[in-house]
Amino acid sequence: MLRRPFFWIIALVIAAFVVLPSIGNNVELRESLVLACVYITLASNLNLMLGYAGYINFGSIVFFGLGGYICVWLVYAHDWPLAWSLLVAGAGVSALALIFGLGILRLRGAFFALSTIGIVEGVQAFAENFTPWGGSSGIYISPQVFQPLGGPGRALWVIYFALVATMGASLYLSYAIKTSKFGLGLLAIGQNEDAAAILGVPTPRYKALAYSASAFLPAIAGGLYFFKGAFIQPSDAFDLTLSTEAIVICMLGGQGTVTGVALGAYLYEELRGYLLTSSTFANFQLTIAGVLLLVIVLFFPSGLMGFIYSRFPAAKRVLE
Amino acid sequence: MTTDGTAILELDRVSKRFGGLQAVNNLSFTMKPGEILGLIGPNGAGKSTLFNLINGVFAPNTGKIVFNGIDITGERPFVVARHGLARTHQIVQPLTNMTVLENCTVGACFGRENLPLYRARDIAREAVQLTGLDDRSDTLALHLTIAGKKRLELARSLAAQPKLLLLDEVLAGLNPTEVEHMIGVIRKIRDSGVTILIIEHLMQAIMSLSDRIVVLNYGQKLAEGLPAEVARDAAVIEAYLGDPKLAAELEGQA
Amino acid sequence: MLGILASIIDGVLVGLVYGLAAMGLTLIWGVMDVINLTHGTMVVAGMMGLYLLANALGVSPYLTLPPVLIAGFFVGVALYWIAIHRMVGRPPLMSLLSTFSVNLILIGIGTAVWGTALFNVEVSLPGVSLGRYTFPGAHILAAVLAAVIAAALYVFLHYTRIGKALRAVANNREAAELVGIPTTRLLAIAVGTGVALAGVAGMLIGTLFPFTILSGDGYQLKGFIVTVLGGFGNPVGALLGGVALGVLEGAVTPFVPVSWTLVIEFALFVLVLIAFPGGIFASRRGAL
Repeated sequence: MLRRPFFWIIALVIAAFVVLPSIGNNVELRESLVLACVYITLASNLNLMLGYAGYINFGSIVFFGLGGYICVWLVYAHDWPLAWSLLVAGAGVSALALIFGLGILRLRGAFFALSTIGIVEGVQAFAENFTPWGGSSGIYISPQVFQPLGGPGRALWVIYFALVATMGASLYLSYAIKTSKFGLGLLAIGQNEDAAAILGVPTPRYKALAYSASAFLPAIAGGLYFFKGAFIQPSDAFDLTLSTEAIVICMLGGQGTVTGVALGAYLYEELRGYLLTSSTFANFQLTIAGVLLLVIVLFFPSGLMGFIYSRFPAAKRVLE
Repeated sequence: MTTDGTAILELDRVSKRFGGLQAVNNLSFTMKPGEILGLIGPNGAGKSTLFNLINGVFAPNTGKIVFNGIDITGERPFVVARHGLARTHQIVQPLTNMTVLENCTVGACFGRENLPLYRARDIAREAVQLTGLDDRSDTLALHLTIAGKKRLELARSLAAQPKLLLLDEVLAGLNPTEVEHMIGVIRKIRDSGVTILIIEHLMQAIMSLSDRIVVLNYGQKLAEGLPAEVARDAAVIEAYLGDPKLAAELEGQA
Repeated sequence: MLGILASIIDGVLVGLVYGLAAMGLTLIWGVMDVINLTHGTMVVAGMMGLYLLANALGVSPYLTLPPVLIAGFFVGVALYWIAIHRMVGRPPLMSLLSTFSVNLILIGIGTAVWGTALFNVEVSLPGVSLGRYTFPGAHILAAVLAAVIAAALYVFLHYTRIGKALRAVANNREAAELVGIPTTRLLAIAVGTGVALAGVAGMLIGTLFPFTILSGDGYQLKGFIVTVLGGFGNPVGALLGGVALGVLEGAVTPFVPVSWTLVIEFALFVLVLIAFPGGIFASRRGAL
């Protein structure tokens, strides 16, 4: 893989994320890049199900929120160090995803998609009633937890770099899977699940693995994100808006492509930033996302990368 | 059931019912390794359903299916494929947004030998060459002609390196030149050691290709034997009486 | 014990309305294999229709039914042309996303205009008393109206030309075209009818419970649960499924805090789907 140019393109992007805000301690840039990292992480991992296997996960936020809760709770209630909390959060959410996945992945298309929404609502209801997690008021962490990381100021940078690493890992993961036998099987499932099964692709196992794999990094990202904010509550942790935006980003950039997701995330974040600061559109965030998605689905189903590949076919050899 | 145990495929009293329709009724036959067995019968006789039962799309209501000594009755399609059984479809099922080579690579990866990706690509290329698709190897499946798609179905199944290949009307919709070429390919496949069960409506083709014929009607076995015998069988001719042209062709084979 | 029985009977009444809500969903699914993700929002639109006409314009609540029905039909036809027409025949992923995006647009506009305000429409009808228990008149009337509309739908589908054509399209669209049925027009009619049903169900639910712009999600999930219980594409099954759901709610709500009801219903949804991938009262897919 090291010989392929795309590997180095990803490395370049990661380097940019690391270097640019570090120049002159640019906190403002860093904060907007935090969001970009989250978007890219969520969208790349969602892509495994949506773009490769063709299963829409409307509720991918549940990995992010649950990962956030587990991590924050371990730090707050049990004084665990951040790194271990993150790992347990990631592993735990992946394991849960595997279990749930084996159940709901037997459902096709729309019914799978709807059960993913149901899972979010179910987990949110659980979090709101679960007192050890603070119920609907959530959990506040005291600033003490930032001490082991070198105090609040430095901690924010550490967390940022960890988020960049998570984002990078997500990009590499989707690239690695796409160029692997596992990825080929997933893509075949996405094209024609019945034909794939007849060709020998072990569809139930592959789908469950993809679903579980797509949970790990978002869970860690959630842990980092909510640890950073030192506060988590159910309505934030399980806000379906974020998974919806991840879907829009995947479709905008080109589902099933690695580059597309990163491009789409960047574009969408710019758009969103502009809309939020414009007084006319501030309330219409969801509406704009809806219009964007509708236009893409109706007229540009292959997204940005589809457009680029049709104009510059040679790009397909370099980009993924 | 064979007494010497060298059958590659054994069907023992297999039946399948869909609601009120008995699609396959108490069907039994065996296949020897390396033979080409032709499956003929009027439309709706249950031939494609039989294929679906063998490769695991449906489970039979009664009966047993044994492949190479392994009981595959009711096993799921990907398990059956892994045992070394591949099939083509009457209505082609290409992986539309993937190229010819990628389609075949999927077949090679997940077929009998469960190959890693780089080995699979080599096998896929061989299958593409054998079926004459090398000039279109990087074309997306959706851009192929119907003949091309049929060849892709075949190439993809070959890439899986099966021991038994089920061909479902692989000649339908082809012009005479393409039919000739395909028949040659099928013979080459058999010569390489693959056993073939073939459904076909092109009488001349299937009669000349097959070592033996099984005739199905209303899901039941009507006749079984050498092509010449079957063509003379009164019950078979009667079943085809509704199509005098076909009956004449069958008579012509006698 | 009697209390539970009363609760269950009430559940049957409310369940009939749920069934009506699900019918629109199952109709569209049955005819063209499209899951309408705007369904919940269309139910809310019906509720808002009731509120605006009744509270703002002083129209008697139950008289809002015809305008909501008719408006719903036209909205549905518009929805078909905007989001569904181009998706027919494409992978189901696409129609899911297109209706989902329309839903986002509608919710975005709705929350921008009305926020998360709670709406309530007062309906005062004499109730029916059996012993110590009174069944609210509104529940009874809503149930009766739901049943009547469901019956009308059944008659429409089985005894009118358009209805039969719809069922033909549901069964096999290509074959229907070959015999000269104008499928596009019929698909539009199907969506129009489906949305109209959703709207009317919303209007009836509005006479029973308070609501916000975001209430749609809950009813959409209930709609899917009912569709699962009743068999996809089967309106009669939807009605029965609705009653089953209503009964379940009636049996469970006395014992469980309200916020858990949806969770239980959803768990049931997943479990039933896993056990019966085609729904409990499953008819052959495509047979209305």
